[in-house]
Amino acid sequence: MNILVYFEERYGLVRKPSFEAIEAAKSIGASTISAVIVTSDSSAVLTESVKKSGVSKIYVVEDSRFLHYSSRAAGKAVAEAAKASNADVVIVPATGRGKDLAPRIAVRLEAGYVPDVTSFAVSEGKILATHPVYAGKANATIEVTTPKKVYSTRPNLWKASKELFPDASVEKVSVSFDEKDFLEQTKELVLSQGKLDVAEADIIVTGGRGLKGPENWNLIENLAAAFGAATGASRAVVDAGWRPHSEQVGQTGKTVSPTLYVAIGVSGAIQHLAGMSTSKTIVAINKDANAPIFGVCDYGIVGDAFEVLPHLTEELKKVRH
Amino acid sequence: MKIIVCVSHVPDTTTKITLAADGKNIDPTGVKFILNPYDEFAVEEALKLKEKNGGEVIAISVGTDTAKEAIRQALAMGADKGILVKGEKSDSFSVAQMLSDAIKPLGADLILMGKQSIDFDGMEIGPMLSELLDLPAAAVVTGLMIDGYTVTAEKEVEGGKEIISLSLPCIIAAQKGLNEPRYPSLPNIMKAKSKPIEEVAGSANSPRTLVIKMDKPEKKRMNKILKADGNPQSAAAELVKLLHEEAKVI
Repeated sequence: MNILVYFEERYGLVRKPSFEAIEAAKSIGASTISAVIVTSDSSAVLTESVKKSGVSKIYVVEDSRFLHYSSRAAGKAVAEAAKASNADVVIVPATGRGKDLAPRIAVRLEAGYVPDVTSFAVSEGKILATHPVYAGKANATIEVTTPKKVYSTRPNLWKASKELFPDASVEKVSVSFDEKDFLEQTKELVLSQGKLDVAEADIIVTGGRGLKGPENWNLIENLAAAFGAATGASRAVVDAGWRPHSEQVGQTGKTVSPTLYVAIGVSGAIQHLAGMSTSKTIVAINKDANAPIFGVCDYGIVGDAFEVLPHLTEELKKVRH
Repeated sequence: MKIIVCVSHVPDTTTKITLAADGKNIDPTGVKFILNPYDEFAVEEALKLKEKNGGEVIAISVGTDTAKEAIRQALAMGADKGILVKGEKSDSFSVAQMLSDAIKPLGADLILMGKQSIDFDGMEIGPMLSELLDLPAAAVVTGLMIDGYTVTAEKEVEGGKEIISLSLPCIIAAQKGLNEPRYPSLPNIMKAKSKPIEEVAGSANSPRTLVIKMDKPEKKRMNKILKADGNPQSAAAELVKLLHEEAKVI
């Protein structure tokens, strides 16, 4: 089985979920794993760590117009690389870009597609992909019935290898784009200053209504800093205008799977649990011993966040420094 | 301006999911279905654009007669008419195909939808329609500006936002934050009852994916609960120790 992994590049860097996708490819028993990079400047992207990441070949589609990324053009590029590499399976990391790109590749390859896969299994030669549905309240096990198959894999669930493998060979794929392919273009990326995004963080500290008001958010921020974590917010807190929607975790916010999820003053409404239930370790701190969040956590403290948090921040500093 | 809004009819966010006897679907008994929350942002944006530029807003959905309720909700918010594409939603691609077939002859200037429907959470329909209709698209949109044929969309991405430029006609998939959806007023709910919903037959190729089974996620949690009771410091110290030595996550 030939598997092609999409290496997502942003500002010359191949992003971590791409390397995780290699491990996902290994888990379905690939005979050959290659990668595709779509870029305006391959010389900047093809670093040692990219070349030694464990794929045997890297297909490069290079066009100066990708300085302004276009999802349509990228979809065409990856589909062409899939044909060139004779790929049976294409795996795209389920990032903001990836989730938009993968369905396009599937349409172009006339392939079935399973989005946001959280695990793979192989049974009687069939690839079974698990995709959380109904906001994580259920898992669907899905089989793609077409000869070509496309999947996107949820970030943070496979561990990228740190090993350095033999150099991949590099092959350019020429794709003839027309103007229409670039009718949509990403002109600019505006990064939120100095903030770790909840969707990508390894550790997340989320605050809920138990914090009583936006003026107390420094408790969450201090704890997050001690953990080296991103800060998240519950829906109640976002709806109340204390925090921006980009920080919201849950069914109408972001779905996250960090190594450690710490919920402070979050009751654990079903909409919230849906967004974080695949986290590896869950910690809850809440005054209310009957809060539903305690039913799904690994560790909990029943107590007042205002009393516990300063101590927790201090204790963490002892361990982490 | 002719604006099409794709809407879907989904279980309410507070729904407790029970699995159907076949183990491949949810049991819809007693489940309250609503207009997909993200579609509300799409409908609202369409209505705002119509109020500004004039034109027509058409709400379209794929499914059985029950999907009419989602269309009716869009009509109650202010859409002008509805189209129900009657067909079997065997997978996302079949839905995209039926939508594409129904939308193509309409000559829309703008096609709006929610960024995902909260049942299968796939975020597939927008990009698939973009390919099938050969139109530019932007997904997860939290800001939209239209000036003549020039469209600027803000897309939420990890760690920030992307500014995407595209041109009409195009497809926009809305994210929370784009606007504040209006509540349908009682007179508008009454009026919506007499607005037309056209029915067309949809057909799609055989499905490309198959649900083998559906089950409830079960992850065993340690569930060690400490009590702060008058000594928050020792509880905090104990928690840090557990995270460090037992869970080994810090």
